[in-house]
Amino acid sequence: MKIERSMSSARRTGDIFSYIGLVLLSIVWLLPIVSIILQSFKVENGAHYKNVWPKKWTLNNYKELLRIGYSKEQKEASYAKFDEWFLNTFFVAVLVCLISTFFVLSVSYTMSRMRFKMRRTFMNVALILGMFPGFMSMIAIYMILKSFGLTETLTSLILVYSGSTGLGFYVAKGFFDTIPKAIDEAAWIDGATKWQVFTKITMPLSKPIIVYTVLGGFSSAWMDFIFVNYVMGARTDKYTVALGLYKMIDSEHIGQYYNQFCAGAVLVSIPLGALFVAMQKYYTEGLSGAVKG
Amino acid sequence: MNESTSSASLPSKVDFDVNVFSVIAQIFQHGDIFTKASFGIMGLSNLVRGQIIKGLLFLGSEIAFLVYLFSGIKFSSDTTAHEYCGVKDFKGLFTLGTKDNVYKEALENGITVQQKVVAGDDSSLFLLFGVVSLIIICGFVILWKANVKSAYLAQYAVERGRKPTTIFKDLSDLFDSKLHNTLLLLPLVGITAFTVTPLIYMILAAFTNFDKTHNGVAARFHWVGLKNFAEVLGGGAAYGNTFWRILGWTFIWAIFATFLCYLGGMLLALLINRKGIKYKALWRTVFVMSVAIPQFVTLLTMRMFLQRNGILDGLLGRSENTSLDLLGKALSARISVIIVNCWVGIPYTMLIMTGILMNIPADLYESAKIDGATKYVMFFKITLPYMIFVTTPHLIQQFIGNINNFNVIYLLTGGGPSLDMMYEAGSTDLLVTWLYKLTLDKGDYCFASAIGICIFIISATFSLITYRRSGSYKNEEEFQ
Repeated sequence: MKIERSMSSARRTGDIFSYIGLVLLSIVWLLPIVSIILQSFKVENGAHYKNVWPKKWTLNNYKELLRIGYSKEQKEASYAKFDEWFLNTFFVAVLVCLISTFFVLSVSYTMSRMRFKMRRTFMNVALILGMFPGFMSMIAIYMILKSFGLTETLTSLILVYSGSTGLGFYVAKGFFDTIPKAIDEAAWIDGATKWQVFTKITMPLSKPIIVYTVLGGFSSAWMDFIFVNYVMGARTDKYTVALGLYKMIDSEHIGQYYNQFCAGAVLVSIPLGALFVAMQKYYTEGLSGAVKG
Repeated sequence: MNESTSSASLPSKVDFDVNVFSVIAQIFQHGDIFTKASFGIMGLSNLVRGQIIKGLLFLGSEIAFLVYLFSGIKFSSDTTAHEYCGVKDFKGLFTLGTKDNVYKEALENGITVQQKVVAGDDSSLFLLFGVVSLIIICGFVILWKANVKSAYLAQYAVERGRKPTTIFKDLSDLFDSKLHNTLLLLPLVGITAFTVTPLIYMILAAFTNFDKTHNGVAARFHWVGLKNFAEVLGGGAAYGNTFWRILGWTFIWAIFATFLCYLGGMLLALLINRKGIKYKALWRTVFVMSVAIPQFVTLLTMRMFLQRNGILDGLLGRSENTSLDLLGKALSARISVIIVNCWVGIPYTMLIMTGILMNIPADLYESAKIDGATKYVMFFKITLPYMIFVTTPHLIQQFIGNINNFNVIYLLTGGGPSLDMMYEAGSTDLLVTWLYKLTLDKGDYCFASAIGICIFIISATFSLITYRRSGSYKNEEEFQ
């Protein structure tokens, strides 16, 4: 009896400390995010603003960012074209997402389920190919794109972001590895072709990893600001949000656009964050395999 | 091969289970006149034996290849666009261009200047399209090999008194026994075009003197052998000294960044998944928010937060003169980037770890309990080994990812604060960010490539060794 009570009190102290720890850590993780949200509503412009809490509140930063109520000339004159950037990024992201999901699932399923010559070689090569730093590649890719007349187009971004995604098959392969092979074999005995097994049996069992791959593909276009900078040059109307926001706080523009940058960061984060949080369950499952028991 | 092994009554004279060259030699030896002719005119054997579509595809690709090789193809209406022409491109790989710029003296505002009249050959284009031609030729050789094999198989089917496979059978095979070819085709084309080609280009550039004064536009560059490596590794020039110092910091950074994230993520996952903690999903979501928000946003936010006179100074009530200036001093900047990287990386690791924790079979713990194992024993004998087994590939990827972690450094400090005695590098610069500066800001392509190859060798050796030793590689078949 006594022992039990001391156990439970030890557990309770442990719980209290755990909660305190979690609250403190949450503050550390939320503070920068909250501060950006608050700053997106402030009237006073400039990055060197001393207070975290705005003295005056406004929605103008958002209005100006989305160029609401701007005339055509004003729209063209403004350096920040967030609404166009957002649509560009969305368009590129959707297509990249489709292509890269197809690539990743194809390669990973092949590597997990089929045995053929060169398989091990391919896997080893794929592992090390990703280790070359990519800046020289960027120069080469730019010249190839130019020979096809594709620079300063969104097509080039789609090609580059989705082109080599087949190399990132390791996580999905790990997932497919955990689906018992006996299921495939049973289907073969029943006369299914390998393609039918892939589409009708493995895919429906693989929802988590599909979600994981789709999220990865969708987000790549929102992250990159290096390559798009190199390809688009001064064509601000073809920028993506990442590059646009990055440029809004370079030394030339930060004074004018700091508040709008904060507003833009919020606007980008809301859809992506919501998507991610909604898919969180699948995301963790996708990373940890399909087998249950 | 399937046809020859699965339904043969007459054994094939060609043994396909040997190396490529002897298979081709055997086919030439045992092939009839049409099969032999298919070595030159692709698809002939197929055409003669009724495999019309297959034969035409082979023949068509040969014609397309010959057009590329000798006459050249243009893919853009732009007059300056490159004309893909196999023979010319391939030759260019060795010469790297032959015509120099032609200059003329001219007067500009009373000063004599050299004016470019005729632009010479741009070596960088010669190098790139030489590589492209090499890859197209390799691709064609693979196709040619398939053609030879298919030619013999058609002949063999007729010899056995059977009909060669129809196009429908071939197509349905591509979705069954040869599904791997179908699924891999497009991804491989993408990888070749966007990773392999640029990579070979980059590797070759390390053996030239492709720098800011010889960049193809200002002047041609040419092959110089191993000179760049000697300069980078020898430590004689400014590059050498900087290289070794940055390499050291890169490793310190990668080790701390990887293991602190791993440890922190694991502890956080254990904390949230502790028995007795309520609203687990809510806690997870709080931390996941920083993963969900695009990384460049969080990193730029952190820069605003930490920089001189940033938000942190505001919160602490510090003025211009008393600013903490965390990113402005070498040591504090280094510590800051590592901590910020933890801030970015821990929630991600936590997510992965949570999934794995939930997946550990519960019966392991139950039987351990029956055997009287304490919590600590269970953690170190069950939880930890299981997690390490599952996450080894992830850990290696993270380590390599951190060696090449461009975003965190570039967005937070841009490599600064600057240091003395370093060539174009600051105290938080990793090899990758240094490379970025060397290529895109300075135009020292050949040195950047040489350094890139060094980074590659380091990370490739490291990860291949660890990966091959890890359980998840060795026991691949077992685990399934």
